[in-house]
Amino acid sequence: MTAPVIPVAPPLKDELDIVIPTIRNLDFLEMWRPFFQPYHLIIVQDGDPTKIIKVPEGFDYELYNRNDINRILGPKASCISFKDSACRCFGFMISKKKYIYTIDDDCFVAKDPTGKDINALQQHIHNLLTPSTPFFFNTLYDPYREGADFVRGYPFSMREGVPTAISHGLWLNIPDYDAPTQLVKPRERNTRYVDAVMTIPKRTIFPMCGMNLGFDRELIGPAMYFGLMGDGQPIGRYDDMWAGWCAKVICDHLSLGVKTGLPYIWHSKASNPFVNLKKEYKGIYWQEEIIPFFQSVTFSKESTTVQKCYIELSKMVKEKLSPVDPYFQKLADAMLTWIEAWEELNSPAKSAPAANADTKKK
Amino acid sequence: MSEISINHDEVDIVIGALQLDLTSFMEEWKPVFSLFHLIIVQDPDLKGKLEIPAGFNYDLYTKSDIDGVVGLSSNAISFSGYSCRYFGYLMSHKKYIIAIDDDCIPAKDSAGNFVDAVAQHITNLSTPATPFFFNTLYDPFCKGTDFVRGYPFSLRSGVDCGLSCGLWLNLADLDAPTQALKPELRNTRYVDAVLTVPSRTMMPVSGINIAFNRELVGPALLPAFRLAKEGNLRWETVEDIWTGMCVKVVCDHLRLGVKSGLPYVWRKERGNAIESLKKEWEGVKLMEDIVPFFQSLRLSTSAATAEDCVSEIAAVVKEKLAPTNPVFARAAENMLEWVKLWKRVRTQ
Repeated sequence: MTAPVIPVAPPLKDELDIVIPTIRNLDFLEMWRPFFQPYHLIIVQDGDPTKIIKVPEGFDYELYNRNDINRILGPKASCISFKDSACRCFGFMISKKKYIYTIDDDCFVAKDPTGKDINALQQHIHNLLTPSTPFFFNTLYDPYREGADFVRGYPFSMREGVPTAISHGLWLNIPDYDAPTQLVKPRERNTRYVDAVMTIPKRTIFPMCGMNLGFDRELIGPAMYFGLMGDGQPIGRYDDMWAGWCAKVICDHLSLGVKTGLPYIWHSKASNPFVNLKKEYKGIYWQEEIIPFFQSVTFSKESTTVQKCYIELSKMVKEKLSPVDPYFQKLADAMLTWIEAWEELNSPAKSAPAANADTKKK
Repeated sequence: MSEISINHDEVDIVIGALQLDLTSFMEEWKPVFSLFHLIIVQDPDLKGKLEIPAGFNYDLYTKSDIDGVVGLSSNAISFSGYSCRYFGYLMSHKKYIIAIDDDCIPAKDSAGNFVDAVAQHITNLSTPATPFFFNTLYDPFCKGTDFVRGYPFSLRSGVDCGLSCGLWLNLADLDAPTQALKPELRNTRYVDAVLTVPSRTMMPVSGINIAFNRELVGPALLPAFRLAKEGNLRWETVEDIWTGMCVKVVCDHLRLGVKSGLPYVWRKERGNAIESLKKEWEGVKLMEDIVPFFQSLRLSTSAATAEDCVSEIAAVVKEKLAPTNPVFARAAENMLEWVKLWKRVRTQ
């Protein structure tokens, strides 16, 4: 009957990897040091593999550049995007941990309304370790937060909730707008701190942003494929959203929860809206077909695992979205390649991390 | 806060009076209520004369008015207790209705400013809702925010908002078992957001602090679900939860939106959760059947108005739920009576 207030106990130090895609530098880690230093980092270096990315002293990390990705995956490396932060999903695949937190290298520590620094990682962990409530909307938001509970009318049989697979955080300062909105409102900044975490209801899809995102790799990992973007692809800036739509329909099918809201990070860089417009242009038209597609996805009862759901989804993508553009045929194939690569790297036989990655211990 | 200009002639504030002395309640709300027309309905079971301070423009309805309109047959709907406000909805001719329980006073936001709940409700109702796709930055029509990357452009004009559900600081609308187990729990968290509750997602709509577009959904806010031991504390009722589910089904079917979040009101201490617990178990148990029923309810394409929708819902309640408990049979009958009453009053 009570909503237990679960204290954030040992902060999953040995169970969580922080995955960071980068093409420039990792200076932002200095600000995060008090919160991130206990954790292992997986750095996915995009772009020119000959460039040396300097990792600040004192962090325990492994770093993969394009050469590493090609070497480890062989021909299957074709599913990992190049020249796009979508490459971060390689980090999800190579990790051996239960939980992942991924953050962009232009995201810094935000302050809450009292002026205190927000430990975003701790909030994500709390979100992931407490249940979600996708079947019935609680008007007081997350009932498992301290100071909250289920409201009158919420059936007791639904109060146990379901396991949380994804924790989607938000951004103060530069909001995650698309290019047309950026062009029309170049000065708009998100200054509103909304002190809530909530479960996104079943059958409701949402635009997931990969800038500040946590998930349970064991529950949903294989669905967190960030698609084919960047170099040689007709589209960009739809990587995280694609993963979010796929993951949400699978979560709905498998009764897993997705939370959104806190924590906030401070997003410092506004990318060039003209560059963004070129990347997003096709997506803006395609999403008009993509959204109804996802809204009508149903899985067969044989799809009882994430991998099976994902494979079934890739067939539906091929069949239903190929008429929109041949890109979706390639994407559907890449989804299958991703699952094959995931199975290979994550089968029980493979328990040791990949050899020859650039690793450093504290 | 409200960015839109409010046409005061379009608004009625309906107050269900469950206590005789409304003075402190109305004085607290005076800065806001004094600008609008009020409809005050006295609980027909409440004996005595209401004390209403000066300075307000209102119409008062008592038991004799209710009996005069509704009649005294045994089939007549009961407007006792919290249900008295529905009579106010029946009497109103305005576009927007706002209803706040008489034990709630204005709240203050995190900066300490007086919250004009009426203005916020009207803003919610007069700006579009977005029930078909979730916006992670909440209400995109709020100043300083917008639709996020990935939000389909074809869905950005939104739909009309039919219902606005506000929240409560201090004594939140928890059920009796929860409040009894956590007697010290008070809601101190001011969540600065309004969001559209997605289509096909059900929620418990609390009657404590709500507003609606009477022209769009009026008939769906109805007095139907009365517990055998219903009392005069919210802990002892689920009538508003039943009504709220009806409204949500109607809005989903008619492609209207339901918003939840701001405004907050401050809910004063009243009653004893443990005492209410003795009466309220029935309601808590019945929710187990009510929620799955409403979650799976789909209306026919011929139901084009709120009245049609309510009649259809009543028919399904009669067929599916009534056999399990007489309270559902009574609710179905009340719903059909209400639609007849609504139509009769409209044509007079």
